[in-house]
Amino acid sequence: MESLASFFPNLALGFQTAVSLQNLTYCFIGVFVGTVVGVLPGIGPLAAIAMLLPATFNLPPVGALIMLAGIYYGTQYGGSTTSILVKLPGESASVVTCIDGYEMAKRGRAGPALAIAAIGSFFAGTVGTILIAVAGPPLAEMALKFGAPEYFSLMTMGLIASAVLAHGSMVKAIAMIFLGLVFGIVGTDVNSGMSRFTFGASGLADGLSFVVVAMGLFGFAEILANLERQKEASTRDLLAKKIEHLYPTLKDLKVSAGAIMRGTAIGAFFGTLPGAGPTISAFSSYALEKKMAKHPEEFGTGAIQGVAGPESANNAAAQCAFIPTLTLGIPGSGTMALMLGALTIQGIAPGPQVMTQRPELFWGLIASMWIGNALLVVLNLPLIGLWVKLLQVPYRFLFPAIMVFMSIGVYSVNNLDLDIYMTVFFGFLGYVFIKLKCEPAPLILAFVLGPLMEENLRRALLISRGDPTVFFTRPISAGFLIATILLLIVMIMPNVRKKREQVLVEEGTG
Amino acid sequence: MSLKIKSQEDFWAGIMFIGFGIIAVVVSRDYPMGSAMRMGPGYFPTWLGIIMILMGSAVSAMAFKYEGEKVGKFAWKALLLLGLAFSIFAWAIDNIGFIPALFILIVLSAAAGQQFRVKEVLILSAVLIAGSWGLFIKGLELPFPLFWWR
Repeated sequence: MESLASFFPNLALGFQTAVSLQNLTYCFIGVFVGTVVGVLPGIGPLAAIAMLLPATFNLPPVGALIMLAGIYYGTQYGGSTTSILVKLPGESASVVTCIDGYEMAKRGRAGPALAIAAIGSFFAGTVGTILIAVAGPPLAEMALKFGAPEYFSLMTMGLIASAVLAHGSMVKAIAMIFLGLVFGIVGTDVNSGMSRFTFGASGLADGLSFVVVAMGLFGFAEILANLERQKEASTRDLLAKKIEHLYPTLKDLKVSAGAIMRGTAIGAFFGTLPGAGPTISAFSSYALEKKMAKHPEEFGTGAIQGVAGPESANNAAAQCAFIPTLTLGIPGSGTMALMLGALTIQGIAPGPQVMTQRPELFWGLIASMWIGNALLVVLNLPLIGLWVKLLQVPYRFLFPAIMVFMSIGVYSVNNLDLDIYMTVFFGFLGYVFIKLKCEPAPLILAFVLGPLMEENLRRALLISRGDPTVFFTRPISAGFLIATILLLIVMIMPNVRKKREQVLVEEGTG
Repeated sequence: MSLKIKSQEDFWAGIMFIGFGIIAVVVSRDYPMGSAMRMGPGYFPTWLGIIMILMGSAVSAMAFKYEGEKVGKFAWKALLLLGLAFSIFAWAIDNIGFIPALFILIVLSAAAGQQFRVKEVLILSAVLIAGSWGLFIKGLELPFPLFWWR
């Protein structure tokens, strides 16, 4: 209960840090850029943060993290705006918002749809912030007791979860995990000092840079895929000529309240679980709301719960993804891995000790998230006109600009030609993945966790004298592994599999 | 079971995993294996490679059983142009400077798109170069030479 007693002093320290003029500015820049990224199709939060990572090298650690986090949750807001107004989700977590959000806009209710999305997101963001503050310290304390077997099993669970929840074939997704682990091994082996998979290139001695892999798979490959899609569809139906009646009616609020609450809970759960994330939260929330609704037939024709639930869910998930990242030092997604990368660049070793050693950083970041969420509500609604204008920029102007940002971003990390060539390699590989319908999200997570997993596997088996049962004889480790196995079994069961395919097909076409 | 590939996507995805798996196993042969208790640098990657080969085989085998799709056409022109744009940029930024490097990058990238209007691309280049100069050189003080003479 010690943690609860220090809850308020901790938050006070956080707000003290976050409201300094400097940090407020970073927060504002972050959420603004995030919204822009969320609005623009074809560039997701991961690529955006990777591009802007070099720009934060010279900032103080707290400021850098606050800005990057702002970009991250800012994209959730921006994505929902375009989903509702033009049926163009800026990123995958707002795909589901298109269904009813756009229908509402078509019926002249764009205002209430946008408002309820903002209200839901803000509520979810607030709950998420409180959750991190309450759950963080005890989790970090628990994590300090984790040994190598626990860490290994936890990471296994996260990786399998990411594969189970990915689009398309589960077998392919699991194979992608192993490929990612191999990419993670490239570089000097910490135990033997031996260079592995470097093929003689000295630039690879420190391993493949995360920025390079992320930009290739999510930036470069995405441009290639978008250039193809452009041929098919280039018409955009703009509904935002004039938005009247911004405020939702009392009835809207009443109907949405439950959806917001449930969406927040779903998002908090999936967000905390390593490997899951905003996208799957939004879809689960939509499915649940449809099931719980008195008039499920309204879904697809502009049901406000269909906007309120998923929007709350994806924001809660985005926020709660920081829980495993900050308390355990284990990133639950590629984006979170970038956050940890930013920490490392600033000279701070990620892990449970961050909270006690750098309390101003941890609590400042959390407080800034709440402030950032408030800023987004203020920023988003009045500036809708600007976002809509931004959407009208044709893609043929957009992608050369993205190329410029990517190339400078990659090159400025190490000033190394090889980094650019490797980005091209991963870009081509990412394009092949798209063609073969192999989902890259599990790969990138495995890539990040690869070295950690090998290290913990090594240590665990060293302690147990080579006996692999150690993972099942230690209770916490066994718990993680049993959960993993259950997850796999449930997914293999025929009716669940059918359902999963159904949901994921909807996701693919939505 | 007939021996007809029903899902080209899955078949080639499987082959890709098998290929990467074989590379992992073969390259790892140069590293000491060690034992489960004292793992050498070759232990983890070798097992990863073996599992990848097995999973790849499973994915390919399933391609004979389950219906799937053909692999879509590759956009070779865009692939080549964007790859070139990046690669030349890597060389150019150190040798002929930030501004010419960006110009080449933007023109080659734009050429990968569907429409290429010279005037438009020139204006776009000017705007992007001016913006990058302001943001990266002036704002973030990245130490790139602007031209080949400086």
